[in-house]
Amino acid sequence: MLRLERLVLAQDGFRLTADWAAEQGTKLAVIGPSGAGKSTLLSAIAGFVAPESGRLLWQGQDLACLAPGARPLTILFQDQNLFPHLTLAQNLGLGLRPDLRLSAEERRRIEQVMERVGLAGLAARKPGQVSGGQIGRAALARALLRARPMLLLDEPFAALGPALKAEMLTLVADVAAETGALVMMVTHDPKDALAFADRTILVADGVARAPAGTAALFADPPAALRAYLG
Amino acid sequence: MASRIGTLIPAILAVGLALVVLAPLLVVAGRATGFALGPADWAALRFTLLQALASAVVSVGLAVPVARALARQTFPGRGALITLMGAPFLLPTIVAVLGVVAVFGRSGLVNDVLRLLGLGPVSIYGAHGVVLAHVFLNLPLAVRMVLQGWLAIPSERFRLAESLGLAPRDLWRHLEVPMLRAVLPGAFVVIFVICLTSFAVALTLGGGPRATTVELAIYQAMRFDFDLGRAALLAGVQFGLCAVVALLGWLLVRPAPFGAGLQRAPVLRQVGGWRRAADALVIGLAAAFLLVPLGAVILRGLPGLAEMPDAVWAAAGRSVAVALVSTAVTVMAALVLALGVAHGGRGAGAMDAAAALPLATSGLVLGVGLFLLVQTVVPPATLALPVTVMVNAVLSLPFVYRLLLPEARVLRADYGRLSTSLGISGLAWLRLIVVPRLARPIGFGAGLAAALSMGDLGVIALFASEQGATLPLVVQRLMGAYRMEAAAGAALVLVLVSFALFWACDAWGRWYASA
Repeated sequence: MLRLERLVLAQDGFRLTADWAAEQGTKLAVIGPSGAGKSTLLSAIAGFVAPESGRLLWQGQDLACLAPGARPLTILFQDQNLFPHLTLAQNLGLGLRPDLRLSAEERRRIEQVMERVGLAGLAARKPGQVSGGQIGRAALARALLRARPMLLLDEPFAALGPALKAEMLTLVADVAAETGALVMMVTHDPKDALAFADRTILVADGVARAPAGTAALFADPPAALRAYLG
Repeated sequence: MASRIGTLIPAILAVGLALVVLAPLLVVAGRATGFALGPADWAALRFTLLQALASAVVSVGLAVPVARALARQTFPGRGALITLMGAPFLLPTIVAVLGVVAVFGRSGLVNDVLRLLGLGPVSIYGAHGVVLAHVFLNLPLAVRMVLQGWLAIPSERFRLAESLGLAPRDLWRHLEVPMLRAVLPGAFVVIFVICLTSFAVALTLGGGPRATTVELAIYQAMRFDFDLGRAALLAGVQFGLCAVVALLGWLLVRPAPFGAGLQRAPVLRQVGGWRRAADALVIGLAAAFLLVPLGAVILRGLPGLAEMPDAVWAAAGRSVAVALVSTAVTVMAALVLALGVAHGGRGAGAMDAAAALPLATSGLVLGVGLFLLVQTVVPPATLALPVTVMVNAVLSLPFVYRLLLPEARVLRADYGRLSTSLGISGLAWLRLIVVPRLARPIGFGAGLAAALSMGDLGVIALFASEQGATLPLVVQRLMGAYRMEAAAGAALVLVLVSFALFWACDAWGRWYASA
């Protein structure tokens, strides 16, 4: 279980509070106006922003003492999720061993995962030589290899067209089902939230509200969400 | 571990660097005899400032028309010419002097022409010769910096100006003058600082009461008078001078001395008519001024190869060893400092200042301090090469650091979080991320450091015995003994090795980055 205990995030003039918990294996959408703090919330969980006060707990353990790489999660950023000078296989390999000293067994697993996400035959390509959708697949394939219990998505597919984005969300759902991970996905699009997430976190007016059932939330949106949806 | 590399190791390095720069100065301060400068010392100080001023003004002034012509004309071989015209900056100073002498000296091309015209010979020796050699060495750098400024003006501005029907005179006033106002101070300060610490040029073309730099005066006080007190006093003066100018430059302008590729298509619309003819003349004169001495070095050097004493090859070996070791030290130190400063946090500002600190000192200042430090323990000549390695490494560090810092910042901005979130740290981070991403500037910086170290003639002249000389010192000694043929041969070897080292490092960087 992920617990945000009286969490307060503050960055010059900006303030966000959160106090709730989410069960393992839940799929959560994070929605709200630009600048409300969706990315900051994910950054704090991933360990890039230190909370001003309050605690972040995973299965009862305080995450504060863990470096970003040691936290029980994988995060996909808006862009720059792959190193452009490494091949796709090497980029995936980083998910298994950050020093890339891979065993034959590990290389075989990379091959399998690439096949699994539809990247067979592209192992030796570099990110610049493949499409945006394939880059998204590679980043998700690495998340599969890492198999951490949380997956944070900070709009990594924002630049993709609708069809490709839908494909990616299906793949995310598959990855989540396979690893049993708690998924938190930032999105601007209510359709994405409805299609993907059991529950939705509304981030607005300095508060990240407790997850609410997505369908119910959009059926009867609170004032802040109504203002955002327009 | 990444965070430890990001903070602790660079901090230790910065403190060590400050010690290496400042400790010799303390020793020097302890040994200086009095604080009264004699008339000769004042003359040296005055000449140092005046020649640096003249060299910087002339270099920058000439660079403006040359860069303008290169920016607004296209012709076959333009890229190659720009690259070639940059060569003198990498040229060992002593070789540049030989080239300048070959063209402007008593039996040089210029005097041959003057004789045909029935005019008396002009002498290259003296203050004007020092300035001439400095302009030869620094004009390429000035042209590069100014050309960069021209190419940085967005082409949309020129398109707009053209659509409004602006004449070249209006373009000059509205676009080019503002750009020059931003670029020229930086170019001026960099060249002024380089010329302040001029040693080899003053040693060979200057000298005497009217053309001695402080750097040369330190050497003479040590080597000929063996007046350590006076040498120490002069070293203090030199440090003060450089420190003030470096600080002013650091505060006023933050120049990036070397930009990336200049081979982009010219932004300016092709200018025709008499302006094209004038541009052709300017480019032709500049190319002749920069390339004829280079050609002379090669032409005179080829027959000289047979005349060279065996000492040349031993000295070449020593020089290469010194260059390789000092380059390795410089690049590693500059990389660690650049990564540390890019990482930010407390102490980043102090580390940045430490990396610029060597600009405030000079080869001979460090040399005198280290000489005084070691002479009580061992005969200084036995440490000639290690001391040269250290001094070369320290002096080229600010340049390599400036090349790496912007790239280190980009690396951190683009991939810092990704690296951390995947737990890539320590040596794996260096090997997998840093070196591949920064290979180009590392290669270029290493080439620069290697060429500068290979051609350095400064501290080694203080320390070396007859046997332990490096190649530039051998060239200078052969010149001093009027064995000009042999000197030309040795100079050719020196040039070839310097350029080869630069090329190898730079090519490694480009190859590694694209592999």
